[in-house]
Amino acid sequence: MSKGRFGVHGGQYIPETLMNAMNELEEAYFKYKDDPEFNRELTELLNEYAGRPSRLYFAERMTKDLGGARIYLKREDLNHTGSHKINNVIGQMLLAKRMGKTRVIAETGAGQHGVATATVAAMMGMECEVYMGREDTERQALNVYRMKLLGAKVHPVDSGTATLKDAVSETFREWTKRIDDTHYVLGSVMGPYPFPQLVRDFQSVISREIKQQVMEREGRLPDAVLACVGGGSNAMGAFYNFIEDKGVRLIGCEAAGRGIDTFETAATISTGRLGIFHGMKSYFCQDEYGQIAPVYSISAGLDYPGIGPEHAYLHDTGRAEYVAVTDDEAVEAFEYLSRIEGIIPAIESAHAVAHAMKLAKTMSKDSIMVINISGRGDKDCAAIARYRGEDIHE
Amino acid sequence: MSNIAKAFEKGKAFIPFITCGDPDLETTEKIVCAMEEAGADLIELGIPFSDPTAEGPVIQEANLRALSGKDRVTTDKIFDMVRRLRLKVKVPMVFMTYANVVYSYGAEKFISFCKEIGMDGLILPDIPYEEKEEFDPICKKYGLDLVSLIAPTSHHRIKMIAETASGFVYCVSSLGVTGTRTEITTDIGEMVSLVKAVKDIPCAVGFGISTPEQAKKMAQHADGVIVGSAIVKIIAEHGENAVPYVREYVKSMKDAIR
Repeated sequence: MSKGRFGVHGGQYIPETLMNAMNELEEAYFKYKDDPEFNRELTELLNEYAGRPSRLYFAERMTKDLGGARIYLKREDLNHTGSHKINNVIGQMLLAKRMGKTRVIAETGAGQHGVATATVAAMMGMECEVYMGREDTERQALNVYRMKLLGAKVHPVDSGTATLKDAVSETFREWTKRIDDTHYVLGSVMGPYPFPQLVRDFQSVISREIKQQVMEREGRLPDAVLACVGGGSNAMGAFYNFIEDKGVRLIGCEAAGRGIDTFETAATISTGRLGIFHGMKSYFCQDEYGQIAPVYSISAGLDYPGIGPEHAYLHDTGRAEYVAVTDDEAVEAFEYLSRIEGIIPAIESAHAVAHAMKLAKTMSKDSIMVINISGRGDKDCAAIARYRGEDIHE
Repeated sequence: MSNIAKAFEKGKAFIPFITCGDPDLETTEKIVCAMEEAGADLIELGIPFSDPTAEGPVIQEANLRALSGKDRVTTDKIFDMVRRLRLKVKVPMVFMTYANVVYSYGAEKFISFCKEIGMDGLILPDIPYEEKEEFDPICKKYGLDLVSLIAPTSHHRIKMIAETASGFVYCVSSLGVTGTRTEITTDIGEMVSLVKAVKDIPCAVGFGISTPEQAKKMAQHADGVIVGSAIVKIIAEHGENAVPYVREYVKSMKDAIR
């Protein structure tokens, strides 16, 4: 079996044209991963620019209201640019700079990763182009404007379903055209090796902090950590340092869209099967002939037909659990957290909040639950208003 | 010797590509026969994939037309078509598709059917050297060639790839995805000589070639020329009536490299 596997998952299923770029990235990653100077620069930017460490907030009203587990919210929404995406972007951009790249390209679904990439590119003085499904540029018009404001060029993608998977395909295509000066800042724990490992490592700061913060507050590890999963980067980041702690339940919340018994779903673990796509072997929503399914979710960031290979492996081994959350449940959770804690979560993160609302009640009052609030919900307000039949203009 | 090698015995080979089922399977059958008559030495049959990441817009759209067109093409329907075609067509044929199409069908089942219906090889653009162990032993078991690709970025990888290559080596002419280009600047001669230094295997150049002049130029450095997008464009324009146009085009390309 080739390099970079998690059980049977992972690998490097990409055109020959990109193989040398992949090998160079792997080399650079291993060279700098434990390099003190690289890590000093990374930590300084994470702290001074992105605003880390992010807070672990005790959600007292929510805890009381649900009457079960003590609920903590990991506030990745408070990072600069409003989501966890910046953790990975800063790491990859520092690598890209050391590799002598002057231009970065990125895919984006909800726009969070595109905005983070455009932001750090501006700060580092690098050229930046972002590929975004046409449908998502409409759902997330504000983020398109933010990226442009930050100096990035945004390319709407019309192929396929004009959503996240097509943006990923198009960014890979663009990369094969121009490799020498260009790094592809992949936004999730997916794609060919070494991306799933590399993105996970840059996101693992989330679980490192959670662990320390919970220990300080409660003197023990949490009983459950919940996060939403599309490709799975915030969840991998929130899970990673707990994998060896078998007493901590790790729960990934996928987007069920209109339900896992409908065709309008993006719940890969619930409805997909093993396949090869976007450079990796993992679970994918597909038909009997291996054609990738046109998935659906209200959340542009979870609207992806696959899942990162390490999640697929955590599912196979039973170390993590994956549950499906519908649009309706996510929207209710979006409104619930806004009202009960004064925190408007991203609609992506609201999927984790929704499952937490069901689960917390079943847990004892002395148990501890952490929900990763991967992003803030400002970007979603107009879409949720429309979902509720209210037409507001941004 | 594999059947594929025979395609390179009568001088420079012309290798056309079409997407099966674009616009429908009946037209595909007719086009394949016409291409053989017009001088094609080896034919690449594309099995459409919903998300063809190595293709430019022209072949992406052909994939879409085939999957959503009147025949709603599937792998099984294409196997049936090839079974019929093999009664008429004598030149070697290879499938070009993506790893998931083969994997999800069951690699062994897919490859054994390929053999049974008379296919000679398989091109999977998303299977680089590092992943070929998953498919190559099965191809060998059934006597099919899994074609290796090399690209302008391959450099020192060429030796390693050439050593285990079989059938022919697909030399990707330029960076980027499939599609016609006005100019090809890669030193194809250099790529080919790096392959030949390691192994005596035919080398065919593809990506970006559309005119007889380009084909002629490329054929000076290689054993064959592969053309896809330019033919798919003709089919996109003429649909069911594309047969005579494709025939004429293939003839002009074959004449140019003779």
